[in-house]
Amino acid sequence: MDFDLSDDQKMLAKTVGDFGKKESTLERFRKLRDADGPGWDKATWKKMGELGWLSIPFPEEVGGLGGSFVDAGIVLEQLGKTLVPEPYLSSVVLGGHALWLGGASAQHEKFLAPMMEGDTTLSLAFTERGVRFDARCCTTTARRDGDGWVIAGEKSFVLDGHSADHFVVAAMSDEGMQLFVVDAADTARKTVRLMDGHRAAHVTLADVRVGEDRRLSARPATEVLERVLDFGAAATVAEGLGVAFAMLWMTVEYLKTREQFDVKIGTFQALQHRAVDMFVEVELLKSIHTESAVRASEDGEERARAVSAAKLQLAQGGQLVSRQAVQLHGGVGVTDEHDIGLYFKRMHSLVTLCGDEATHVARYAASMDAT
Amino acid sequence: MDLSFSPEEEAFRQEVRTWIAENMPPHLKAKAEHAAYFEMPEVMEWHKLLYAKGWVAPHWPKEFGGPGFSATQRFILGEELELAGAPPLSPFGLVMVAPLIMRFGNDAQRARFLPKILSGEEVWCQGYSEPNAGSDLASLRTMAVDAGDHFVVTGQKTWTTYAQYADWIFCLVRTSTEGKKQQGISFLLVEMNTPGVEVKPMQTLGDTPAFCDTFFDNAKVPKENLLGPLNGGWNLAKALLGHERTLVAAVGQTRRNLRLAKRLAAHHRGADGKPLIEDPHFRGKLARLEMRLRAHQMTNYRALAEQQKGHHPGPESSILKLVGSMLVQEADELCMEIMGQSSLAWHDDEAVEPFERWVPPTFCYDRATTIYAGSNEIQKNILAKLILGLPSA
Repeated sequence: MDFDLSDDQKMLAKTVGDFGKKESTLERFRKLRDADGPGWDKATWKKMGELGWLSIPFPEEVGGLGGSFVDAGIVLEQLGKTLVPEPYLSSVVLGGHALWLGGASAQHEKFLAPMMEGDTTLSLAFTERGVRFDARCCTTTARRDGDGWVIAGEKSFVLDGHSADHFVVAAMSDEGMQLFVVDAADTARKTVRLMDGHRAAHVTLADVRVGEDRRLSARPATEVLERVLDFGAAATVAEGLGVAFAMLWMTVEYLKTREQFDVKIGTFQALQHRAVDMFVEVELLKSIHTESAVRASEDGEERARAVSAAKLQLAQGGQLVSRQAVQLHGGVGVTDEHDIGLYFKRMHSLVTLCGDEATHVARYAASMDAT
Repeated sequence: MDLSFSPEEEAFRQEVRTWIAENMPPHLKAKAEHAAYFEMPEVMEWHKLLYAKGWVAPHWPKEFGGPGFSATQRFILGEELELAGAPPLSPFGLVMVAPLIMRFGNDAQRARFLPKILSGEEVWCQGYSEPNAGSDLASLRTMAVDAGDHFVVTGQKTWTTYAQYADWIFCLVRTSTEGKKQQGISFLLVEMNTPGVEVKPMQTLGDTPAFCDTFFDNAKVPKENLLGPLNGGWNLAKALLGHERTLVAAVGQTRRNLRLAKRLAAHHRGADGKPLIEDPHFRGKLARLEMRLRAHQMTNYRALAEQQKGHHPGPESSILKLVGSMLVQEADELCMEIMGQSSLAWHDDEAVEPFERWVPPTFCYDRATTIYAGSNEIQKNILAKLILGLPSA
């Protein structure tokens, strides 16, 4: 066993971290959040592609850099520290991994390659109204029509679906669950603004006709979805670690500078111990993130267990951090003007996306060993 | 980054498993089967068997008789011992004083003490706390007065766990009353059969004879038993705290407890006559504990890997103590809850199943985990100051 990052991985963390500090500050995030545009910036996405961040977790045979999911985790953790809004989670992790695992080489070339270059984005359309997290609860249908397929249904809360070029759509057919690549232009979509400043879309597929060449059939769709949603859950933990880290140290800094009763409030033991509680949870999150990032690429039950355990720690520990961070900032922590609330909101999203606490505890409990 | 085990490591795991199966005496196996309390003589019996195999001190460097294990091997050995329910070894010699003797002792002290700690020929206990020096340890008052070639020690140490079985005690004593109180403390090794040393055991909340008071009445201690510099004992105490906190990560203990909780949940039935392990509420509770233990265990590996690189455990090891002690208590509480009214039985062999008998006393005694080795509040003070850099009042 070895817990160290390689020299290349340390360099990657530093490069992405520096990019966040210098080029994608919270000020940039706010501007994009408040503008009428998509909430992120195409030129920055292109740059991320050129730097290899969008292709790093994919194998060389599909045009990737041949890294691993651990590398994607490193990128996400650093992006989380300054709330970089580009659609890494939705496009690289969810859409990109679905295309990689489900697709054949022609599909990799046509849809995955331009995304890795930073020319397009992909979104995974799997959630439906009234369904919490189970991708198998799918009312969107796909029926064979000649040599192609006709897809009909509605997908809700498609993350970054408002700006995606292509959707990977989950639909139920007579032969079971299927995944299709659908051009966004062939759908009707409505932008949904999210609490954390990101956007999603409600997507209507009104008898959209696609060819057989758009079906992702390299693996069974349910298996692809299961694996991709574990990558997604592990990704929320990776980004959540960056968010929690930033909140902890912003709060410690505040305790060292804010004065009341003629002293720095950080001298109060009651507040010191809260800050330590936050620190402990961040360290636990870091530990279990390591396991979930490594095991996310594995087959079998240990992957699901590690990812679910990490999700629980994000929900419990990550949210202890975000709630205490706001509390210790006092009144200003509840203003939109102060940055701590931006992290608080992002933490809630990350805890919720790809399965919340209850979902992951139930999944773990179902597979738990009897001894 | 790689969390997998190599074929060599898997082979080592098999070797450990086989060795335990073939070498753990039947009476210890019977106790392990029932998660029973091990008496100190049984602990030392097991110590000597592990010593003969060369596995008693996996964390010791090779030059002092350690097996030269990697962090992974240490982890595997620990995990297999714990899964077998083997008696937990006494930490005072192996884990606490030995690393200090290696780091701060002279060659004569290393040669005198380390081999007998390793073999189990000499048993150690810890003389730190006093009736009026608990969390404020530096206010200790046990005096060691310079009398030429020896010190004369007078005072009282408390919570000297298993002192009634010990041959030696390592003590923090006051050798000066000048300057800051931390500056007048020395680290002294005292033989228990020294005239003037007296031990009075007391029962713990679990009705086990673990705690003791140890009294010193003009006990003569040779000067060669001073470890480290005169009045420099506080630095040794701080170094030891790091080792002690790593120890009380208690991953093995909580994993054992969790296994017991599942066994109890398979035995006890809920409202509809179904075992609690099939009840979603209890199953969810067990799952949450196991999931959180997993995060704690990964934190423990991280610390092990750091130690493997030769780094001494720093203040960050306080995390292990904080989380480890909390999880021990939560596992105990869950066991008690699963047992229902059976949890009320007290040291009764007939009223409950054999594997249930030790749950209530353990639950009671384990309230000590958040208090000993530096209370959790003291650990938080340390982290606030040394890691977060928060200002003092």
